[in-house]
This record gives sequence, structure tokens and C-alpha cells, in this order.
Amino acid sequence: MADKIATRQSYGRALVELGALRQDIVVLDADLSGSTMTKEFAKVYPERFFNAGIAEANMYGMAAGLAISGKTVFASTFAIFAAGRAFEIIRNSIGYTGANVKICATHAGLTVGEDGASHQAIEDLALMRTIPGMTVLNPADDVSARKLLKAAADMQGPVYVRLGRAAVPVIYEEETDVQIGKALTLRQGKDYTIIATGILVSQAADAAEQLAGEGIDVRVIDMHTLKPMDEEAVIKAAQETKGIVTVEEHSVIGGLGAAVAQICCAKAPAKVSFVGIQDTFGESGKPDELLEKYGLTAAHIADAVRAMK
Amino acid sequence: MDKKALQEKAALIRQHIIREVYHGGSGHPGGSLSATDIMTVLYFNEMNIDGHNPLDPNRDKFVLSKGHASPALYACLAEAGFFPKEDLVTFRKLDSCLQGHPSMLKLCGVEMSTGSLGQGFSAAVGMALANRLDGKTSRVYAMLGDGELQEGIVWEASMAASHYGLDNLCVIVDHNGLQIDGWNCDVMRVMPIADKFRAFGWNVLELDGHDIDAILSCLAEARQHKGTPTVLVAETHKGKGVSFMEDQAGWHGKAPNREQAEQAMAELGGVL
Repeated sequence: MADKIATRQSYGRALVELGALRQDIVVLDADLSGSTMTKEFAKVYPERFFNAGIAEANMYGMAAGLAISGKTVFASTFAIFAAGRAFEIIRNSIGYTGANVKICATHAGLTVGEDGASHQAIEDLALMRTIPGMTVLNPADDVSARKLLKAAADMQGPVYVRLGRAAVPVIYEEETDVQIGKALTLRQGKDYTIIATGILVSQAADAAEQLAGEGIDVRVIDMHTLKPMDEEAVIKAAQETKGIVTVEEHSVIGGLGAAVAQICCAKAPAKVSFVGIQDTFGESGKPDELLEKYGLTAAHIADAVRAMK
Repeated sequence: MDKKALQEKAALIRQHIIREVYHGGSGHPGGSLSATDIMTVLYFNEMNIDGHNPLDPNRDKFVLSKGHASPALYACLAEAGFFPKEDLVTFRKLDSCLQGHPSMLKLCGVEMSTGSLGQGFSAAVGMALANRLDGKTSRVYAMLGDGELQEGIVWEASMAASHYGLDNLCVIVDHNGLQIDGWNCDVMRVMPIADKFRAFGWNVLELDGHDIDAILSCLAEARQHKGTPTVLVAETHKGKGVSFMEDQAGWHGKAPNREQAEQAMAELGGVL
């Protein structure tokens, strides 16, 4: 069985590595450094770490000021407080100015678990996608998370990175070439395509495995970059297979599924169905229990593919 | 610049404000006129800035957190040589660099895009932190309205600036007492302002925001103060300098018609 690592752990490691390479990197947190793993950076580079306290709006405002002054700023809290609470600060002070801030939001989605619906961001990708110039990333595993975070540091401008609390399987080899805006194909297939994002990519791969046993040949795409989306990968899936199932630990409103459907409608009409959170709030529970109850497991994904027939 | 020259410059800035808002057909004259004397002293005496070298890495920075006072900012930047004064009449027009609220990507010299109240203050705190990280002696100034103090982010930023001991940051509160819906004390009481900042650990200076000598001496005192950020709580009058606009909430965000603009210009010693 593959190793399991939470993408927030990958974030902590990537920050320490980046901090050694680049003096311009500054990290902010809002009293959650032990959970977002920015404490790893704070331990090594205390002079470049600032705790904003429980004040996310001001944290993202300060991040803008630091970035406009030449710093590359990584500013972290839970996704609900970043994309949710601080939305308008991110929109006006970071998006509108093009500030070089990397909004690294952890504890996204239902797999926050026991903390319950108040802490389960299921709309963050939708919110961040609407901001002009915002790059939106949602890595699936440890390897792609670290590579995408480094790519985010190397590009100029605002980036939203969605990271998870729960440990998830490592699916990529260390040598895998991961680039912002270029989808990864885990598995080729000619019958249907599953386009997944974030920590459900491994569930999508498992679903394809199950379906293969039934003689259904499924392509699996990891759409780690929600924006700018790899349109070519979507169009090819629409044209070369008989239908697309999108998979996300996010509301079906405004996230991956909506973006894929938009591309298909405009450029390559295809049948699309949506595995995601169906316009409802989550609740307390273990991550696996929640994925099961809200229809986000490999079995649910496989069912969605079968239903396309 | 001496006091007399600063007073003359302030009169010119006020004339520009009326021209901008008249030609723009909309905008915020009241809070621009109340902030004029302080901004004039900042731009033409206090700050180390150069309109012909606007990106000097060692420059001081001014953030207009009360971004609706953009006419005053544009007037100062034009007078300081950041862009041609003739462009002031394009204020709020399509394709103009002079957006309704300041945009740093549209106009060089604008240090931070503002308009959504409170956010400029937070950005200024970040800029002051960056200066300190880089070992720079340059300073950051931020101007806030008094109604703006009702935004929660203001007190988050205030706490952070104090916590990090940012003595390279100077905030000015343009306390004209009025906001869109009326007097602060009727809409949402923000007073006592000085006591609030004192409680947050700031060095607080209170002054008449139209008294050039007082502005000069408070800014000098702020520069000398070490260990904590300084706030200047400046008592001002909305619409200062134009008789029919003074202390009138109705002139918060309204353009004068031609007759009113001509009268305003006459009172300010200029022509439209």
C-alpha cells in the first residue's frame, strides 16, 4: 500500500526548502501554524515568519503590503477563513493589485472531519476562480503538492493553493513532471473520462481500476490546476471518450465540474456528470465516513461512470 | 517648503479637487478637502518622494486607505510631477489612469489600490514590516477616515502594528466627523478615537488637521518616536475651504454643478 501523507505536511516541507533557497520568502499565519504546518518554516526562519493572530482579513492585507514591497508571501490559514472570511480582502488587495501572495489554505473540504460544517470549506475553489488573474491549484498528493508549491513560488502573481488535513496516498513518483496549467493523465482510456481534482484523485484511480475489471476502459485525469484550466485535456476527453465524470471534494456549484462543463458547452459538447457535494453543508464525522455519506468514494465515482452508459 | 508655500500649495490642491470632481461628474469632494492640508504637508514637505523617480526603492510611501479621497491624491501626485496636471480632468472617465478609487496598476505613484475601507491600513502595516525586514529607514504613511474606523479590519491592523512595534508607520485619521449617512456619532459612534488607539498601544498625537504648523510638528514628532507606531488624530472639517460644502454630509460623494463649481473655485482663489 502506498504511503499516506497530508498535503499540508508537504506544504510545511516545501516551505522550509523554499526558505533556504530564497531570502525573499516571508510566511504569515493566523494562529494555526501548528495545523497549517507553517510552524516548520517559523522554526527555521523566525525572522521571516509573522503570526497575524486570529485576524485573517488583516493577515491577507499585510500579505499584500509585504508582497507589493518585493516579498514573496505565503499566507496560510484554514480554507474557510482564507477564501471565505477574507474573500474581499483577497479580491481587492491581492487580486486587483496582482500582489505576489500565495494563499495556501489548508483543511479544505469535508475531510476536515470532526470539526464539522463550520470548518469545512466546500466553496473555496468557486470563490477563488472568480478573481481575475488568480491561479488556483488543488494538488492530489505529496509529490504534486510540493512541486506545485515550488512552481507557485517561481511565478509572479497571486495563487490559491488548496491543501488538505487528512493523510492521502502518494500517487506520483518523485520524478513526475508537474506543471501549473498542465493536467496529469494517470491512466489512458477510451470509453469514459474521470476528471478529478485534489485528494479525490486517488479515489478516481481506484474507481477506474474497479471499472477495468468490468471491461470499462476509463481515462483518469488529475486536474490539479483549476485555473488556468488545461482546456486541451478537457476537449480531448470530450472528443475521444463517451462522457466525462468530474470529481471534487467541493460543491458541484462553481468548482471543477462547473469549469469542465463550461469548456465542454463552448468548445466540445459532451455528456458530463458531477461527483461532488450536492449543494449541502457537511457535518462532524471521520473523513472516511464523510466521504462515504456524501458520495465521494471510489464506489460512488464508479457508479457515476456506469450511469453514463 | 515653508508654511506659506504649503498653504499656497494646499489652495492649488483644493482647486484641482473641485476641477476633477466637476469634470468627472462624480466623486468625493468633502473628504478630499478635509484631507488636503495633511496630504499637502506629507507630499511637499514630509515624505522622501520624487515624481521623476517614482520607484526609488528607498522612497517613503503613502497609502490612501480612505480611497474615495482620490481627487486629493491625484492632485498631490500631479503637483509633485508624477503625471501631467492636464490629465486631472480625465478623473473617473473611461480609459483614464485616474480611477474613481486609486489603482496602483493604473497610475504610477499610487502605492496601494484602495477603496474598500480598512484594507489600505493593513497593506501599510505589511509595507512597514517589509521596510524593517530590509533594514530600510524609509517610512510608511496611511490616511484613514473616521467612518473607516468602523471597519473591523482597522482594529486588526492596529493591533498588529502595535504588536510588531512598527515605529516606521504613521497613520493619520482624518476626523471630520461625517460619513455618508450623517455624523459618526449618529451612524455608529467611533469616539473616543485617541483613547482607542492609546489602548491599542499607539503613540497618539491630537491636532487641528488644517493647522500647517501643527501638522508639521506632529509629523516631526512621529518621526522621532521609537518603539510604537504613531497615529495623528486630526480634527478636520469635511469640505474645508468651500463654504457651502463645509460640514455637510451631503457633499461626501457628490459633484458640484457648473455654478457651484465656479463659486467653489472663486472661494479657493482660482477659476474653473
